[in-house]
Amino acid sequence: MDTFLQQLVNGLTAGSVYAVVALGYTMVYGIIQLINFAHGEVVMIGALVAYTIINALAPSGLPPAAVVLIATAGAIPVCMLVGYAMERLAYRPLRTAPRLAPLITAIGVSIILQHLAMLVWSRNVLAFPQIIRTESYGFFGATITNVQIAIILVCVLMMAGLALLVYRTRLGTAMRATAQNPQVAGLMGVDINAVIAATFLIGAALGAVAGVLYGTYYGVAQYTMGSILGLKAFSAAVLGGIGNVPGAMLGGVLLGIVEALGAGYIGDLTDLCAYPFLSAALGERCANGGEFILAGSNYQDVFAFLVLILVLVFRPSGLLGERVGDRA
Amino acid sequence: MNKSFALAIAAAVALLGCGKEEPKKADTGAEKKEAAQAAPPAAPAIEIKIASAAPLTVKTPHLGKDNENGVRLAIEEANAAKLKIDGKDAKFVLVSEDDQGDPKVGTTVAQKLVDAKVAGVVGHLNSGVTIPASVVYNQAGIPMISGSATNPEVTERGFKVTFRTVGRDDQQGPAIASYLASNNKPKVVAVIDDATAYGKGIADEVEKTLKAAKVQVLPRENGTDSTTDWKAVLTKIRGRKPDAVFYGGMDQTGGPLLKQGRELGIKAVFAFGDGACTDEMNKLAGPAAEGLLCSQAGIPPQAADKKFLEAFKKRFNVDPILYAPFTYDGANLLIEAMKKANSADPAKYLPELAKISYMGATGKIEFDQKGDRKDAEMTIFTMKGGKLEPIAIVKAGKTMSYDEFVKSAAAAPAAAPASAPAAAEAPKAPPAEPKK
Amino acid sequence: MTLPRRAWLALILVAAVLAALPFVLQLAGTAWVRIANFAILYTLLALGLNIVVGFAGLLDLGYIAFYAVGAYVYALLASPHFGLHLPFWVILPLGAGVAALFGILLGTPTLKLRGDYLAIVTLGFGEIIRIFLNNLSRPVNVTNGPQGIARIDPFRIDGFDFSRYEMLFGIQVSGPIKYYYLLLLAVVAVIVVNFRLQNSRIGRAWEAIREDEIAARSMGINTRNLKLLAFAMGASFGGLAGGMFAAIQAFISPESFVLVESIMVVSMVVLGGMGNVWGVILGAVLLSFVPEVLRWTVQPLQGALFGRQLIDPEVIRMLIFGFALVLVMIFRPAGLLPSAVRKRELAERAP
Repeated sequence: MDTFLQQLVNGLTAGSVYAVVALGYTMVYGIIQLINFAHGEVVMIGALVAYTIINALAPSGLPPAAVVLIATAGAIPVCMLVGYAMERLAYRPLRTAPRLAPLITAIGVSIILQHLAMLVWSRNVLAFPQIIRTESYGFFGATITNVQIAIILVCVLMMAGLALLVYRTRLGTAMRATAQNPQVAGLMGVDINAVIAATFLIGAALGAVAGVLYGTYYGVAQYTMGSILGLKAFSAAVLGGIGNVPGAMLGGVLLGIVEALGAGYIGDLTDLCAYPFLSAALGERCANGGEFILAGSNYQDVFAFLVLILVLVFRPSGLLGERVGDRA
Repeated sequence: MNKSFALAIAAAVALLGCGKEEPKKADTGAEKKEAAQAAPPAAPAIEIKIASAAPLTVKTPHLGKDNENGVRLAIEEANAAKLKIDGKDAKFVLVSEDDQGDPKVGTTVAQKLVDAKVAGVVGHLNSGVTIPASVVYNQAGIPMISGSATNPEVTERGFKVTFRTVGRDDQQGPAIASYLASNNKPKVVAVIDDATAYGKGIADEVEKTLKAAKVQVLPRENGTDSTTDWKAVLTKIRGRKPDAVFYGGMDQTGGPLLKQGRELGIKAVFAFGDGACTDEMNKLAGPAAEGLLCSQAGIPPQAADKKFLEAFKKRFNVDPILYAPFTYDGANLLIEAMKKANSADPAKYLPELAKISYMGATGKIEFDQKGDRKDAEMTIFTMKGGKLEPIAIVKAGKTMSYDEFVKSAAAAPAAAPASAPAAAEAPKAPPAEPKK
Repeated sequence: MTLPRRAWLALILVAAVLAALPFVLQLAGTAWVRIANFAILYTLLALGLNIVVGFAGLLDLGYIAFYAVGAYVYALLASPHFGLHLPFWVILPLGAGVAALFGILLGTPTLKLRGDYLAIVTLGFGEIIRIFLNNLSRPVNVTNGPQGIARIDPFRIDGFDFSRYEMLFGIQVSGPIKYYYLLLLAVVAVIVVNFRLQNSRIGRAWEAIREDEIAARSMGINTRNLKLLAFAMGASFGGLAGGMFAAIQAFISPESFVLVESIMVVSMVVLGGMGNVWGVILGAVLLSFVPEVLRWTVQPLQGALFGRQLIDPEVIRMLIFGFALVLVMIFRPAGLLPSAVRKRELAERAP
């Protein structure tokens, strides 16, 4: 039981990071139906900028929370700049092009950002200075750290803030109008270019926060970290219903939990020796505590892709998304 | 047939103008560079090309550079020693190629080195590249010594030209495993690997040895070479209450693994292979790294030839990272064999290389039938106060504490065949490069 | 095909040049023959992907999976791993067939997906295949996991071994040269198939699907079967290339089939011109030679200018790929050598 609870905590924390990244995908997709493949790289740049700042401030003796806040404050504008440049230079010229064009461009942008980051921050895995003292709290045999609690809280705050923005402000109204029909929104006096740019800026800012969360939680960052993280977060966004803000959150957390439980239990479940009739058939292999595990934690990276494929095939609108004609 | 071929070639030459010019230009460029490096022409001199092949730009360029530096130092020292081979002044030239850690590029690079008529190759860094590349060297009959490829398959294919100065996975794995089994006496051990050739290779060997020692080994858990979140795997392991955890993988994933393991309250001993036996672990895992056990192939740098360490530091302004002493030895072995055979012709010096006995920076080197090092020493380290300290040496299945080893090594030189008498300073002072 | 006299002349000339090329390259070093071989291998891959992406308009970001399948089929059936040593003319078609099956396996569940979702799913599919190859060493050792499979048999016909040096007709012929001709043969066959397909009923049906799937279906085109056919055909060429790769290398491991390779092949197709066979060939050859060109230009240049390497050639290569994708899409969406139809289609942009 304590193991199960601990896996839930693990999944919830990892899922919260996915969720914040997924918000960035979902916002952009919701408005212009573009899979911003390079969003994972924005997260990576956020983490690396934070690394630089935290590294510089670590010896200053400022309280750790302040250092992390300053790092976040530094990472956000950098990521926003990257996000804006991306939109302006790579995506805007292609807004009316066939759908595959911006996707291919996005892959290109992703490669470019990765290698530019590599030139700046080197190829090495960078270890964040350990400034935050980790405090563990036990409950029912599971442990949760102060950092984990902070990550979950930040994630909830981000989603709430974003929901407020989308549903309660003028900008949000303009965004939703653009999402429904850009031409009509334009005729109604919405500056579509500005709205789309704003979406990218907000998405990038969220990416920066996600990068800082990732870096402080795992303590490492590298120029390649964005691609797999981005893919998983995209899967999370699809799972929740792409284009849907609470959906991204739900999808992220669910994916995190699926991964944790998957890695934790799939090995036991697929151990043929655990099933009496099969273990008899396997004989020798199962004797003396032997095992015949079909799939263990070595397949943990498969879960995200499986979730993605299953959702797209069976429920393309995701858990919370509305069914829309040409969505998939 | 012959004639028409010749015609076709002539036509192609005429037509291809630019297509052909490029490689040609390049070639002369390369020759010029080599010529520039060469000393002013002494009367009878021969130029001997020794190659270093390692990833210099991708994957693990820092290790690639480290390997190359080892070879470079050996060559520079050999040149300074003004060796004579076949009565001529030997001028050794380093040909360094970047294999990008990619098997495909690896074979192309190998072919380039064969084309360039190198006398011997020190490389490659990764087993995955060394294996296909050695096929090319084998065909051309050019000896290859890897200082870092640990996959058993490298020397298991009956090639006469493949050697290595580093221990195999199935030498290193058993070393750390038997140390763990006899010193920490764990009842249950969890084994994790990063699903790479290296990580899985060493983890498999550790598992084998532990099982042979009647230690219960939990079903294997895995991450990848870029995993940062180990919590799910570690939580599962925690539920099984192991006394020790072995991880086969690199420091960049091992660091977070160790840190998260301690965060989850796992009290077990963590033991790692040489990929995660670096000082970097202290940075990556922080205080959690304290007490970590890990193994490196060969004898520890502290005990390795001091002269080598000093020369390396002086020449490159950095300490060797991991495998430089092994590639340094590799290059020296090639040179030593050439000297013994009095020839730089691979066909002539290869037999000398196969039966060589040589005191290198990493200890005494002799090859067995396959081209593996006989009785390679393995060192066990522990992290103490943020620094890796050697605690034991494992050789041929026998474990000896580091202090004992230092003592016996200090006594040994008198018996060792190729050692110099100046053993007072260093615990072990074999001549770094032969001067005779 | 009735070609005018001049076209025939040009064709013969090209054929002569290609036939003589390896001997010319050999003068500069056998390594160049190997580089040319890899360029042809990538051309094979790019032409296969072109069927899926260029003809049928289905962006496949996991194409390298089929290459991997072909390579592993060859390796498993012609190496000491299982002790099997089947001749290559049996395994190569088999590998292509198995790859085609995998193509259908990927195609079936994704038939309904729209372009960009399909792309992401194929990417996931490619990764899943790689992860399986990497882990199928347990509980039963099928693929030998990350350690890969070594000692793969070269192509052999009755003692004529493609990997060995030999004297033929008084000329010294190295292994890479023999493989060169074999690869050339394969690529010519694939080019012919590509052209025949393009101008066939099937090719036109693919084109219709690419332009507007719903309209195509209402015209009576069986979109399901044709899309699956595209996946299967593209995949089988990938499988063929994979088998040849395994034989030439004599060693394969999952690390040769990573996502970057897929993206590289996509870049080749996109840069050259989706849907145009000559364009795709141009793209593949250009991008295959980039690393070599950089090795001879950027490296010495940087050395001369700054005295050291500021930017690694590998980084420049990746940046070139990245910028090629972005710039081509923005300024020349139909590629360097656009296909006529594609050009028209991309010129009049969707509303």
